[in-house]
Amino acid sequence: MATGTAGFVTARDVRRSFGDVVVLDGVDLDLERGEVVVLLGASGSGKSTLLRILAGLDREATGTLDVPPSHAVVFQEHRLLPWKRVSANVALGVRGPNVAQRVSGALSEVGLVDRGEAWPGELSGGQSQRVAIARALVRRPDLLLLDEPFGALDALNRLKMQRLFRELQSAHEFAALLVTHDVDEAVLLADRLLVLEDGRIIEEIDVPLAHPRTVDDPRFGALRRRLLTLLNVPLDV
Amino acid sequence: MTEAPTAVTGGVTLPEAARSVSAGSTGQAPGGRPTAARRRARTEAWLRRLRLVTPLVLAGAWELLAQTRIVSPDKLPPPSEVLAAGWRLTQDGSLPAHVYESLTRALVGLLIGGGLALVLGAFAGLVRVGDALVDPTVQMARMLPHLGLVPLLIIWLGIGEPLKITLVALGAFFPIYLNLYAGIRNIDERLVEAARTCGLSAAERIRHVVIPGTMPSLFLGLRLAFAAGWLSLVVGEQVNTDSGLGFMMMEAREFSQTEIVLLGLLAYAVLGLLSDLVLRVAERRALSWRRGLQAS
Repeated sequence: MATGTAGFVTARDVRRSFGDVVVLDGVDLDLERGEVVVLLGASGSGKSTLLRILAGLDREATGTLDVPPSHAVVFQEHRLLPWKRVSANVALGVRGPNVAQRVSGALSEVGLVDRGEAWPGELSGGQSQRVAIARALVRRPDLLLLDEPFGALDALNRLKMQRLFRELQSAHEFAALLVTHDVDEAVLLADRLLVLEDGRIIEEIDVPLAHPRTVDDPRFGALRRRLLTLLNVPLDV
Repeated sequence: MTEAPTAVTGGVTLPEAARSVSAGSTGQAPGGRPTAARRRARTEAWLRRLRLVTPLVLAGAWELLAQTRIVSPDKLPPPSEVLAAGWRLTQDGSLPAHVYESLTRALVGLLIGGGLALVLGAFAGLVRVGDALVDPTVQMARMLPHLGLVPLLIIWLGIGEPLKITLVALGAFFPIYLNLYAGIRNIDERLVEAARTCGLSAAERIRHVVIPGTMPSLFLGLRLAFAAGWLSLVVGEQVNTDSGLGFMMMEAREFSQTEIVLLGLLAYAVLGLLSDLVLRVAERRALSWRRGLQAS
Protein backbone atom coordinates (compact mmCIF):
# COMPACT_ATOMS: atom_id res chain seq x y z
CA MET A 1 0.00 0.00 0.00
CA ALA A 2 1.43 3.37 -1.03
CA THR A 3 1.87 6.25 1.39
CA GLY A 4 0.62 9.74 0.66
CA THR A 5 1.44 13.06 2.28
CA ALA A 6 -1.61 15.32 2.58
CA GLY A 7 -3.59 15.83 5.81
CA PHE A 8 -3.34 14.31 9.28
CA VAL A 9 -4.99 11.04 8.33
CA THR A 10 -5.59 10.43 4.66
CA ALA A 11 -6.90 7.37 2.93
CA ARG A 12 -7.55 7.32 -0.80
CA ASP A 13 -9.30 4.70 -2.87
CA VAL A 14 -8.98 1.97 -0.25
CA ARG A 15 -10.09 -1.39 -1.59
CA ARG A 16 -10.23 -4.78 0.02
CA SER A 17 -11.92 -7.98 -1.03
CA PHE A 18 -12.03 -11.41 0.50
CA GLY A 19 -12.15 -13.80 -2.44
CA ASP A 20 -15.02 -12.62 -4.64
CA VAL A 21 -16.61 -10.55 -1.90
CA VAL A 22 -15.74 -6.87 -2.19
CA VAL A 23 -15.75 -5.43 1.33
CA LEU A 24 -14.29 -2.00 0.65
CA ASP A 25 -14.95 -0.54 -2.77
CA GLY A 26 -12.85 2.60 -3.01
CA VAL A 27 -13.09 4.51 0.27
CA ASP A 28 -11.70 8.01 0.77
CA LEU A 29 -11.22 9.26 4.31
CA ASP A 30 -9.70 12.33 5.94
CA LEU A 31 -9.24 13.22 9.58
CA GLU A 32 -8.17 16.54 11.02
CA ARG A 33 -5.93 16.74 14.05
CA GLY A 34 -8.05 16.33 17.19
CA GLU A 35 -11.20 15.45 15.30
CA VAL A 36 -13.59 12.67 16.36
CA VAL A 37 -15.01 10.90 13.34
CA VAL A 38 -17.56 8.18 13.81
CA LEU A 39 -17.84 5.53 11.14
CA LEU A 40 -21.37 4.21 11.17
CA GLY A 41 -22.58 1.19 9.30
CA ALA A 42 -24.61 -1.97 9.50
CA SER A 43 -22.74 -5.18 10.19
CA GLY A 44 -20.93 -6.36 7.10
CA SER A 45 -20.62 -2.84 5.73
CA GLY A 46 -16.83 -3.02 5.95
CA LYS A 47 -16.33 -0.53 8.77
CA SER A 48 -14.18 -2.82 10.92
CA THR A 49 -12.13 -3.78 7.88
CA LEU A 50 -11.43 -0.13 7.18
CA LEU A 51 -10.32 0.43 10.78
CA ARG A 52 -8.05 -2.59 10.69
CA ILE A 53 -6.47 -1.29 7.50
CA LEU A 54 -5.79 2.08 9.13
CA ALA A 55 -4.34 0.26 12.16
CA GLY A 56 -1.91 -1.54 9.87
CA LEU A 57 -3.40 -4.94 10.63
CA ASP A 58 -4.39 -5.74 7.06
CA ARG A 59 -1.59 -6.12 4.56
CA GLU A 60 -3.71 -7.09 1.57
CA ALA A 61 -5.68 -3.90 1.07
CA THR A 62 -4.87 -1.54 -1.79
CA GLY A 63 -4.99 2.24 -1.98
CA THR A 64 -3.09 5.21 -0.58
CA LEU A 65 -2.77 5.61 3.14
CA ASP A 66 -1.25 8.16 5.47
CA VAL A 67 -1.65 7.45 9.18
CA PRO A 68 0.43 9.10 11.92
CA PRO A 69 2.87 6.62 13.48
CA SER A 70 1.62 7.59 16.91
CA HIS A 71 -1.66 5.70 16.96
CA ALA A 72 -3.30 3.18 19.26
CA VAL A 73 -6.17 0.74 18.89
CA VAL A 74 -9.04 -0.22 21.20
CA PHE A 75 -10.93 -3.33 20.12
CA GLN A 76 -14.43 -4.48 20.93
CA GLU A 77 -13.00 -7.13 23.24
CA HIS A 78 -10.50 -5.83 25.76
CA ARG A 79 -7.76 -8.19 24.49
CA LEU A 80 -5.77 -7.99 27.71
CA LEU A 81 -3.14 -10.68 28.20
CA PRO A 82 -4.60 -12.86 30.97
CA TRP A 83 -1.12 -13.81 32.27
CA LYS A 84 -0.03 -10.24 32.91
CA ARG A 85 -1.26 -8.07 35.73
CA VAL A 86 -3.24 -4.97 34.78
CA SER A 87 -0.29 -2.58 35.02
CA ALA A 88 1.94 -4.89 32.97
CA ASN A 89 -0.78 -5.06 30.33
CA VAL A 90 -0.91 -1.28 30.14
CA ALA A 91 2.89 -1.07 30.04
CA LEU A 92 3.11 -3.59 27.18
CA GLY A 93 5.51 -2.24 24.58
CA VAL A 94 5.83 1.17 26.27
CA ARG A 95 9.39 2.40 26.02
CA GLY A 96 11.27 5.30 27.52
CA PRO A 97 11.66 6.64 31.07
CA ASN A 98 9.06 6.68 33.86
CA VAL A 99 7.03 3.82 32.46
CA ALA A 100 5.57 2.90 35.86
CA GLN A 101 4.57 6.50 36.48
CA ARG A 102 2.95 6.85 33.07
CA VAL A 103 1.10 3.56 33.57
CA SER A 104 -0.38 4.59 36.89
CA GLY A 105 -1.24 7.96 35.37
CA ALA A 106 -3.17 6.27 32.56
CA LEU A 107 -4.89 3.93 35.00
CA SER A 108 -5.98 6.80 37.21
CA GLU A 109 -7.42 8.57 34.18
CA VAL A 110 -9.77 5.64 33.66
CA GLY A 111 -10.45 5.38 37.41
CA LEU A 112 -8.57 2.15 38.04
CA VAL A 113 -5.34 3.28 39.65
CA ASP A 114 -5.87 0.87 42.55
CA ARG A 115 -6.33 -2.19 40.32
CA GLY A 116 -2.84 -2.21 38.80
CA GLU A 117 -1.88 -5.42 40.61
CA ALA A 118 -5.07 -7.28 39.69
CA TRP A 119 -5.18 -10.02 37.07
CA PRO A 120 -7.39 -9.23 34.05
CA GLY A 121 -9.52 -12.24 34.98
CA GLU A 122 -10.50 -10.51 38.20
CA LEU A 123 -11.97 -7.47 36.43
CA SER A 124 -15.51 -6.92 35.24
CA GLY A 125 -16.20 -6.34 31.56
CA GLY A 126 -16.43 -2.57 32.02
CA GLN A 127 -13.21 -2.44 34.03
CA SER A 128 -11.38 -4.55 31.44
CA GLN A 129 -12.40 -2.16 28.71
CA ARG A 130 -11.21 0.76 30.82
CA VAL A 131 -7.83 -0.94 31.10
CA ALA A 132 -7.80 -1.40 27.33
CA ILE A 133 -8.37 2.35 26.98
CA ALA A 134 -5.59 3.04 29.48
CA ARG A 135 -3.32 0.77 27.45
CA ALA A 136 -4.03 2.95 24.41
CA LEU A 137 -3.76 6.27 26.30
CA VAL A 138 -0.40 5.51 27.90
CA ARG A 139 1.14 5.65 24.40
CA ARG A 140 -0.03 9.31 24.12
CA PRO A 141 -1.45 8.66 20.66
CA ASP A 142 -2.20 11.39 18.14
CA LEU A 143 -4.81 9.06 16.69
CA LEU A 144 -7.03 6.60 18.50
CA LEU A 145 -8.72 3.88 16.48
CA LEU A 146 -11.71 2.31 18.23
CA ASP A 147 -13.57 -0.71 16.87
CA GLU A 148 -16.98 -0.83 18.57
CA PRO A 149 -15.19 -0.24 21.87
CA PHE A 150 -18.35 -0.16 24.01
CA GLY A 151 -20.37 -2.67 22.02
CA ALA A 152 -19.88 -5.54 24.46
CA LEU A 153 -20.81 -3.51 27.56
CA ASP A 154 -24.17 -3.24 29.29
CA ALA A 155 -26.21 -0.09 28.69
CA LEU A 156 -25.20 1.66 31.93
CA ASN A 157 -21.51 0.98 31.49
CA ARG A 158 -21.74 2.07 27.89
CA LEU A 159 -23.09 5.50 28.89
CA LYS A 160 -20.32 5.91 31.47
CA MET A 161 -17.66 4.92 28.98
CA GLN A 162 -19.00 7.27 26.31
CA ARG A 163 -18.74 10.15 28.76
CA LEU A 164 -15.25 9.02 29.82
CA PHE A 165 -14.20 8.88 26.19
CA ARG A 166 -15.29 12.47 25.54
CA GLU A 167 -13.55 13.66 28.73
CA LEU A 168 -10.32 11.97 27.74
CA GLN A 169 -10.60 13.32 24.24
CA SER A 170 -11.00 16.92 25.38
CA ALA A 171 -8.13 16.47 27.84
CA HIS A 172 -5.68 14.96 25.34
CA GLU A 173 -7.12 16.23 22.05
CA PHE A 174 -6.27 13.10 20.12
CA ALA A 175 -8.01 12.48 16.83
CA ALA A 176 -10.26 9.45 16.91
CA LEU A 177 -11.92 7.19 14.42
CA LEU A 178 -14.66 5.28 16.16
CA VAL A 179 -16.49 2.46 14.46
CA THR A 180 -20.00 1.67 15.67
CA HIS A 181 -23.41 0.52 14.58
CA ASP A 182 -25.09 2.37 17.45
CA VAL A 183 -26.79 5.52 16.15
CA ASP A 184 -27.13 7.05 19.64
CA GLU A 185 -23.47 6.54 20.32
CA ALA A 186 -22.63 8.06 16.96
CA VAL A 187 -24.58 11.29 17.49
CA LEU A 188 -23.34 11.54 21.08
CA LEU A 189 -19.64 11.33 20.26
CA ALA A 190 -19.06 12.49 16.70
CA ASP A 191 -17.72 15.76 15.39
CA ARG A 192 -18.37 14.27 11.99
CA LEU A 193 -20.26 11.18 10.89
CA LEU A 194 -19.49 8.88 7.99
CA VAL A 195 -22.04 6.30 6.91
CA LEU A 196 -20.63 3.23 5.24
CA GLU A 197 -22.72 0.95 3.09
CA ASP A 198 -21.55 -1.89 0.88
CA GLY A 199 -17.96 -0.78 1.05
CA ARG A 200 -18.57 2.87 0.15
CA ILE A 201 -19.07 5.99 2.18
CA ILE A 202 -22.58 7.06 1.22
CA GLU A 203 -23.02 10.06 3.52
CA GLU A 204 -20.92 12.55 5.45
CA ILE A 205 -22.61 14.63 8.15
CA ASP A 206 -21.11 17.32 10.37
CA VAL A 207 -22.45 17.38 13.93
CA PRO A 208 -21.84 20.94 15.11
CA LEU A 209 -23.40 20.49 18.58
CA ALA A 210 -21.28 21.36 21.62
CA HIS A 211 -20.16 18.83 24.22
CA PRO A 212 -21.27 17.54 26.64
CA ARG A 213 -24.29 16.23 24.79
CA THR A 214 -27.22 14.25 26.09
CA VAL A 215 -29.10 11.57 24.19
CA ASP A 216 -32.46 13.24 24.80
CA ASP A 217 -31.36 16.51 23.20
CA PRO A 218 -34.32 17.38 20.88
CA ARG A 219 -31.92 18.41 18.13
CA PHE A 220 -30.85 14.79 17.82
CA GLY A 221 -34.29 13.66 16.69
CA ALA A 222 -33.98 14.63 13.05
CA LEU A 223 -30.37 13.44 12.87
CA ARG A 224 -31.18 10.05 14.36
CA ARG A 225 -34.10 9.64 11.96
CA ARG A 226 -31.89 10.51 9.03
CA LEU A 227 -29.15 8.10 10.10
CA LEU A 228 -31.56 5.23 10.70
CA THR A 229 -33.08 5.79 7.28
CA LEU A 230 -29.58 5.69 5.78
CA LEU A 231 -29.01 2.39 7.60
CA ASN A 232 -32.32 1.12 6.19
CA VAL A 233 -33.91 0.95 9.64
CA PRO A 234 -37.11 3.06 9.70
CA LEU A 235 -37.63 4.66 13.11
CA ASP A 236 -41.35 3.85 13.49
CA VAL A 237 -42.20 0.32 14.57
CA MET B 1 -4.74 -48.58 60.84
CA THR B 2 -2.57 -45.77 62.17
CA GLU B 3 -4.18 -43.49 59.61
CA ALA B 4 -7.45 -43.25 61.51
CA PRO B 5 -6.51 -40.61 64.15
CA THR B 6 -4.98 -38.24 61.59
CA ALA B 7 -8.08 -38.60 59.46
CA VAL B 8 -10.24 -37.56 62.41
CA THR B 9 -8.14 -34.50 63.28
CA GLY B 10 -8.08 -33.64 59.60
CA GLY B 11 -11.84 -33.69 59.68
CA VAL B 12 -12.11 -31.39 62.67
CA THR B 13 -10.36 -28.50 60.96
CA LEU B 14 -12.95 -28.16 58.25
CA PRO B 15 -16.07 -27.53 60.30
CA GLU B 16 -14.00 -24.96 62.22
CA ALA B 17 -13.17 -23.17 59.02
CA ALA B 18 -16.81 -23.32 58.04
CA ARG B 19 -17.81 -21.87 61.41
CA SER B 20 -15.54 -18.86 60.97
CA VAL B 21 -17.01 -18.31 57.52
CA SER B 22 -20.60 -18.47 58.71
CA ALA B 23 -19.80 -16.21 61.69
CA GLY B 24 -20.48 -13.25 59.40
CA SER B 25 -23.85 -11.75 58.60
CA THR B 26 -25.62 -15.04 57.96
CA GLY B 27 -24.43 -16.74 61.13
CA GLN B 28 -26.49 -19.67 62.21
CA ALA B 29 -29.99 -20.28 61.09
CA PRO B 30 -32.73 -19.68 63.69
CA GLY B 31 -33.00 -22.47 66.22
CA GLY B 32 -29.24 -23.14 66.21
CA ARG B 33 -29.44 -25.42 63.20
CA PRO B 34 -26.35 -25.46 61.00
CA THR B 35 -26.56 -23.35 57.88
CA ALA B 36 -26.44 -24.93 54.44
CA ALA B 37 -22.81 -23.88 54.02
CA ARG B 38 -21.80 -25.60 57.25
CA ARG B 39 -23.66 -28.74 56.35
CA ARG B 40 -21.94 -28.80 52.99
CA ALA B 41 -18.52 -28.31 54.59
CA ARG B 42 -19.21 -31.12 57.03
CA THR B 43 -20.24 -33.44 54.21
CA GLU B 44 -17.10 -32.51 52.28
CA ALA B 45 -14.89 -33.33 55.27
CA TRP B 46 -16.68 -36.60 55.81
CA LEU B 47 -16.27 -37.55 52.15
CA ARG B 48 -12.58 -36.66 52.29
CA ARG B 49 -12.10 -39.07 55.20
CA LEU B 50 -14.07 -41.69 53.32
CA ARG B 51 -11.53 -41.63 50.49
CA LEU B 52 -8.95 -43.30 52.71
CA VAL B 53 -11.24 -46.20 53.58
CA THR B 54 -10.93 -48.26 50.41
CA PRO B 55 -7.11 -48.35 50.20
CA LEU B 56 -6.84 -49.05 53.92
CA VAL B 57 -9.38 -51.87 53.75
CA LEU B 58 -7.59 -53.35 50.75
CA ALA B 59 -4.20 -53.19 52.46
CA GLY B 60 -5.69 -54.71 55.60
CA ALA B 61 -7.31 -57.54 53.65
CA TRP B 62 -4.04 -58.16 51.84
CA GLU B 63 -2.14 -58.35 55.14
CA LEU B 64 -4.77 -60.68 56.57
CA LEU B 65 -4.81 -62.98 53.52
CA ALA B 66 -1.03 -63.28 53.58
CA GLN B 67 -0.70 -63.68 57.39
CA THR B 68 -3.36 -66.40 57.53
CA ARG B 69 -1.63 -68.18 54.62
CA ILE B 70 -4.85 -68.23 52.59
CA VAL B 71 -2.65 -66.88 49.80
CA SER B 72 0.85 -68.31 49.68
CA PRO B 73 3.38 -65.70 50.92
CA ASP B 74 5.61 -66.77 48.03
CA LYS B 75 3.01 -65.42 45.65
CA LEU B 76 1.86 -62.43 47.70
CA PRO B 77 3.89 -61.49 50.77
CA PRO B 78 2.07 -59.18 53.22
CA PRO B 79 2.57 -55.39 53.00
CA SER B 80 4.46 -55.47 56.30
CA GLU B 81 7.06 -57.73 54.71
CA VAL B 82 7.36 -55.47 51.68
CA LEU B 83 7.95 -52.49 53.95
CA ALA B 84 10.46 -54.49 55.98
CA ALA B 85 12.33 -55.38 52.79
CA GLY B 86 12.31 -51.71 51.87
CA TRP B 87 13.83 -50.81 55.22
CA ARG B 88 16.45 -53.57 54.92
CA LEU B 89 17.51 -52.55 51.43
CA THR B 90 17.58 -48.89 52.38
CA GLN B 91 19.92 -49.66 55.26
CA ASP B 92 22.36 -51.66 53.18
CA GLY B 93 22.27 -48.86 50.60
CA SER B 94 21.17 -50.95 47.63
CA LEU B 95 17.66 -49.46 47.27
CA PRO B 96 18.88 -45.84 47.19
CA ALA B 97 21.57 -46.86 44.68
CA HIS B 98 19.00 -48.50 42.39
CA VAL B 99 16.63 -45.56 42.73
CA TYR B 100 19.49 -43.21 41.86
CA GLU B 101 20.31 -45.23 38.73
CA SER B 102 16.69 -45.29 37.59
CA LEU B 103 16.20 -41.59 38.33
CA THR B 104 19.30 -40.71 36.35
CA ARG B 105 18.07 -42.64 33.33
CA ALA B 106 14.65 -41.05 33.61
CA LEU B 107 16.10 -37.57 33.91
CA VAL B 108 18.61 -37.91 31.06
CA GLY B 109 15.94 -39.42 28.81
CA LEU B 110 13.45 -36.69 29.69
CA LEU B 111 16.01 -33.97 29.04
CA ILE B 112 16.94 -35.38 25.64
CA GLY B 113 13.39 -36.21 24.52
CA GLY B 114 11.92 -33.07 26.05
CA GLY B 115 14.62 -30.82 24.65
CA LEU B 116 14.14 -32.23 21.18
CA ALA B 117 10.36 -31.88 21.51
CA LEU B 118 10.70 -28.23 22.56
CA VAL B 119 12.94 -27.38 19.62
CA LEU B 120 10.90 -29.22 17.00
CA GLY B 121 7.54 -28.22 18.50
CA ALA B 122 8.50 -24.55 18.53
CA PHE B 123 9.89 -24.81 14.97
CA ALA B 124 6.72 -26.46 13.68
CA GLY B 125 4.37 -24.27 15.72
CA LEU B 126 5.96 -20.90 14.96
CA VAL B 127 7.39 -21.22 11.44
CA ARG B 128 5.29 -22.24 8.46
CA VAL B 129 8.27 -23.93 6.81
CA GLY B 130 8.85 -25.83 10.05
CA ASP B 131 5.23 -26.86 10.14
CA ALA B 132 5.49 -28.34 6.65
CA LEU B 133 8.83 -30.01 7.29
CA VAL B 134 8.27 -31.43 10.76
CA ASP B 135 4.66 -31.84 11.74
CA PRO B 136 3.31 -34.39 9.19
CA THR B 137 6.27 -36.67 9.85
CA VAL B 138 5.91 -36.46 13.63
CA GLN B 139 2.16 -37.02 13.40
CA MET B 140 2.85 -40.19 11.42
CA ALA B 141 5.62 -41.38 13.72
CA ARG B 142 3.50 -40.99 16.82
CA MET B 143 1.21 -43.73 15.54
CA LEU B 144 4.11 -46.12 16.06
CA PRO B 145 3.93 -47.60 19.58
CA HIS B 146 7.41 -46.71 20.77
CA LEU B 147 7.59 -49.63 23.19
CA GLY B 148 7.16 -51.91 20.18
CA LEU B 149 10.49 -50.61 18.95
CA VAL B 150 12.39 -52.48 21.65
CA PRO B 151 13.57 -55.36 19.39
CA LEU B 152 14.73 -52.91 16.72
CA LEU B 153 16.42 -50.67 19.28
CA ILE B 154 18.26 -53.68 20.71
CA ILE B 155 19.64 -54.41 17.24
CA TRP B 156 20.65 -50.79 16.78
CA LEU B 157 21.81 -49.81 20.24
CA GLY B 158 22.51 -53.05 22.06
CA ILE B 159 21.15 -53.71 25.50
CA GLY B 160 23.08 -51.09 27.46
CA GLU B 161 22.29 -47.63 28.77
CA PRO B 162 21.59 -46.03 25.36
CA LEU B 163 18.61 -48.35 24.91
CA LYS B 164 16.96 -47.30 28.18
CA ILE B 165 17.63 -43.63 27.68
CA THR B 166 16.36 -43.77 24.09
CA LEU B 167 13.15 -45.43 25.24
CA VAL B 168 12.52 -42.78 27.88
CA ALA B 169 13.36 -40.01 25.41
CA LEU B 170 10.95 -41.45 22.84
CA GLY B 171 8.21 -41.77 25.46
CA ALA B 172 8.69 -38.18 26.61
CA PHE B 173 9.10 -36.65 23.15
CA PHE B 174 5.63 -37.14 21.73
CA PRO B 175 3.43 -35.75 24.52
CA ILE B 176 5.60 -32.65 24.83
CA TYR B 177 5.84 -32.07 21.09
CA LEU B 178 2.13 -32.59 20.46
CA ASN B 179 0.96 -30.37 23.32
CA LEU B 180 3.48 -27.64 22.62
CA TYR B 181 2.47 -27.59 18.95
CA ALA B 182 -1.24 -27.54 19.79
CA GLY B 183 -0.62 -24.89 22.47
CA ILE B 184 1.12 -22.57 20.03
CA ARG B 185 -1.53 -23.17 17.38
CA ASN B 186 -4.36 -22.44 19.81
CA ILE B 187 -3.04 -19.07 20.90
CA ASP B 188 -5.70 -16.43 20.50
CA GLU B 189 -4.74 -14.59 17.34
CA ARG B 190 -6.54 -11.51 18.64
CA LEU B 191 -4.07 -11.24 21.53
CA VAL B 192 -1.14 -11.43 19.13
CA GLU B 193 -2.78 -8.68 17.07
CA ALA B 194 -3.31 -6.51 20.15
CA ALA B 195 0.35 -6.99 21.07
CA ARG B 196 1.30 -5.89 17.58
CA THR B 197 -0.74 -2.69 17.89
CA CYS B 198 1.13 -2.07 21.16
CA GLY B 199 4.32 -1.96 19.11
CA LEU B 200 5.77 -5.35 20.06
CA SER B 201 8.26 -6.88 17.64
CA ALA B 202 7.97 -10.51 16.55
CA ALA B 203 10.47 -11.63 19.20
CA GLU B 204 8.65 -9.64 21.89
CA ARG B 205 5.31 -11.10 20.82
CA ILE B 206 6.76 -14.58 21.26
CA ARG B 207 8.09 -13.67 24.69
CA HIS B 208 5.02 -11.87 26.03
CA VAL B 209 2.18 -13.63 24.22
CA VAL B 210 3.15 -16.97 22.70
CA ILE B 211 5.29 -18.46 25.48
CA PRO B 212 3.00 -17.61 28.42
CA GLY B 213 -0.03 -18.56 26.33
CA THR B 214 1.48 -21.97 25.59
CA MET B 215 2.35 -22.72 29.21
CA PRO B 216 -0.91 -24.46 30.19
CA SER B 217 -0.71 -27.02 27.38
CA LEU B 218 3.06 -27.36 27.81
CA PHE B 219 2.52 -28.37 31.43
CA LEU B 220 -0.10 -30.86 30.33
CA GLY B 221 2.45 -32.28 27.88
CA LEU B 222 5.09 -32.46 30.61
CA ARG B 223 2.84 -34.43 32.92
CA LEU B 224 1.96 -36.88 30.17
CA ALA B 225 5.66 -37.08 29.26
CA PHE B 226 6.63 -37.91 32.84
CA ALA B 227 4.09 -40.71 32.91
CA ALA B 228 5.22 -42.05 29.51
CA GLY B 229 8.86 -41.70 30.57
CA TRP B 230 8.38 -43.83 33.68
CA LEU B 231 6.50 -46.45 31.70
CA SER B 232 9.30 -46.60 29.11
CA LEU B 233 11.87 -46.89 31.87
CA VAL B 234 10.04 -49.83 33.46
CA VAL B 235 10.01 -51.66 30.14
CA GLY B 236 13.60 -50.69 29.31
CA GLU B 237 14.99 -51.76 32.65
CA GLN B 238 13.56 -55.25 32.26
CA VAL B 239 15.51 -55.91 29.07
CA ASN B 240 18.94 -56.26 30.59
CA THR B 241 20.55 -54.26 33.32
CA ASP B 242 22.95 -54.58 36.19
CA SER B 243 21.52 -51.67 38.14
CA GLY B 244 18.31 -49.78 38.70
CA LEU B 245 14.90 -50.71 40.04
CA GLY B 246 14.14 -52.95 37.07
CA PHE B 247 17.34 -54.94 37.71
CA MET B 248 16.46 -55.20 41.40
CA MET B 249 13.06 -56.66 40.50
CA MET B 250 14.37 -59.10 37.85
CA GLU B 251 17.09 -60.33 40.20
CA ALA B 252 14.56 -60.76 43.03
CA ARG B 253 12.31 -62.77 40.72
CA GLU B 254 15.12 -65.22 40.05
CA PHE B 255 15.56 -65.77 43.78
CA SER B 256 11.77 -65.80 44.32
CA GLN B 257 11.98 -62.77 46.61
CA THR B 258 8.45 -61.65 45.79
CA GLU B 259 8.51 -58.93 48.48
CA ILE B 260 11.38 -57.21 46.66
CA VAL B 261 9.52 -57.42 43.33
CA LEU B 262 6.60 -55.70 45.05
CA LEU B 263 8.98 -53.21 46.63
CA GLY B 264 10.26 -52.30 43.16
CA LEU B 265 6.71 -51.70 41.98
CA LEU B 266 6.05 -49.55 45.03
CA ALA B 267 9.22 -47.55 44.38
CA TYR B 268 8.21 -46.92 40.76
CA ALA B 269 4.77 -45.78 41.93
CA VAL B 270 6.19 -43.45 44.58
CA LEU B 271 8.68 -41.95 42.13
CA GLY B 272 5.92 -41.37 39.59
CA LEU B 273 3.73 -39.78 42.23
CA LEU B 274 6.53 -37.53 43.47
CA SER B 275 7.46 -36.35 39.98
CA ASP B 276 3.83 -35.52 39.33
CA LEU B 277 3.67 -33.61 42.59
CA VAL B 278 6.76 -31.56 41.74
CA LEU B 279 5.24 -30.73 38.38
CA ARG B 280 1.92 -29.74 39.93
CA VAL B 281 3.65 -27.31 42.29
CA ALA B 282 5.66 -25.82 39.42
CA GLU B 283 2.48 -25.54 37.37
CA ARG B 284 0.60 -23.79 40.14
CA ARG B 285 3.42 -21.27 40.43
CA ALA B 286 3.83 -20.66 36.72
CA LEU B 287 0.11 -20.38 36.08
CA SER B 288 -0.87 -18.36 39.13
CA TRP B 289 -2.78 -15.97 36.85
CA ARG B 290 -5.31 -18.72 36.18
CA ARG B 291 -6.46 -18.75 39.78
CA GLY B 292 -7.54 -15.16 39.41
CA LEU B 293 -9.32 -16.17 36.24
CA GLN B 294 -11.22 -18.94 37.97
CA ALA B 295 -12.16 -16.69 40.86
CA SER B 296 -14.07 -14.30 38.64
